[in-house]
Amino acid sequence: MSTAVVADARITARPDGRGGTALPVLAGGGPIALRRTRGGATARVTVIGAMAGPLGGDRLALRIDVRPGAALHVGSAAATISLPGRDGRPARWDLDFTVAEDAELHWLPEPVVAATGSRLLTRTRITLAAGARLHYREEQVLGRHHDLARGAPPGRLTSRLTVRQAGRPILDQQTDLGPGAPAWDGPASLGGHRAAGHLLTVGHPAPPVPPPGHDAALLTLPGTDATLLTALAPDALRLRRLLTP
Amino acid sequence: MPDRTPAPGGATAVLLLLADGRFPAGGHAHSGGAEAAVRAGRIRDQDDLAAFLTGRLHTTGLTAAALAAAATAAATDPDPDRLDDLDRAADARTPSPALRATSRRLGRQLLRAARAAWPHPALDRLADRHPRGAHHPVVLGTTAHAAGLTPAQAASLAAYESVNGPATACVRLLGLDPYRVAAVLARLAPELDAVTAEAVRAAEQGDLPAASAPLLDILAEQHSTWKVRLFAS
Repeated sequence: MSTAVVADARITARPDGRGGTALPVLAGGGPIALRRTRGGATARVTVIGAMAGPLGGDRLALRIDVRPGAALHVGSAAATISLPGRDGRPARWDLDFTVAEDAELHWLPEPVVAATGSRLLTRTRITLAAGARLHYREEQVLGRHHDLARGAPPGRLTSRLTVRQAGRPILDQQTDLGPGAPAWDGPASLGGHRAAGHLLTVGHPAPPVPPPGHDAALLTLPGTDATLLTALAPDALRLRRLLTP
Repeated sequence: MPDRTPAPGGATAVLLLLADGRFPAGGHAHSGGAEAAVRAGRIRDQDDLAAFLTGRLHTTGLTAAALAAAATAAATDPDPDRLDDLDRAADARTPSPALRATSRRLGRQLLRAARAAWPHPALDRLADRHPRGAHHPVVLGTTAHAAGLTPAQAASLAAYESVNGPATACVRLLGLDPYRVAAVLARLAPELDAVTAEAVRAAEQGDLPAASAPLLDILAEQHSTWKVRLFAS
């Protein structure tokens, strides 16, 4: 059995002075490998999981700093599968993003999937300057397909997202889903769905209002030019369709 | 002008008065998302109702209770910045514009009743600084301070209101047996106290929870677009 992993990955993006974005810091850590996949006005980085996990007990962090005038797009190569550890401790995944004025960050990773018996706490703090632009997608899937197919319960995902814009909090919400969270599958929370997600858009045009007949809504946040598309779906594929404008 | 502020020591009766649905704070017109959940077929019987109330209590109920407890403590401070910060914290914890509007409307209505019942400079300041209404938990906590209640009592009121309104609404919406609905609420009582204690602890530590429930936001937005409805939210 492996012991718990502690890793702190960092990305810093700044203008390269020739109309593009440079990445003076691109430092993976532990199971988080970072690859620059393309240059240009927007720098593109792919997060590659170099090991299984996160496993219970792991503490993973990623800090992204987008400096004035820079543009960064971060995706991931595959879904993040949260797996149980040896001693039942939760894994932690901390994301800390700072986006300066006239800078933009697109954080569009693949979903986090909570495998049977896993416990993951994610904490995302996003600090936006006035005039910063953001696309932030978060998708949570309760259980792997083969967990659900054999009737096993999903794992538990507790996820908090805090966003400040020009010093003011514009979004602070935590969801606690999976066995152990009170009434997580009831008519106030998931209502039988197995995938939940958001698309947070700041400073870009808002996505269209979701079509009727789906458990989704486009919410105008109290900040400036900020919307949250929030959606529930039976599975990851249908969730992605609702979150893709 | 005679001082009509009641003498301290009547806290139990004050708590009962504030929790009473007949106190003119407008809460009876709101279903807390139950009307939309019933229409969507998500609440059909008392078991669904129990799950809905449990979910609501541990998410928006906990968050409101902690904000109310924090507001009771903040209202002791003559500097209004702390209450303004809590109002912004409530805003950030309410991503649904329909629910923000509901919370401010309920805050405005409670403030009107509270200023008549327990005149206090903290209530006047809140009215001056938030002419369109402060968030309901912030007003509830300030009212608790004005009426001589503790942060824990304010949290307890907020937790109770998070389940009592939707439960009563379901009696009307579904014709559920009121005795069985009362039994659902009675069984929730220990959880109400546990959530209240968690909220008070969080408020004392200055670490306000942000617990939320995805369907409550989605249902609230759907409900706000209906042309005909029994409840305002």
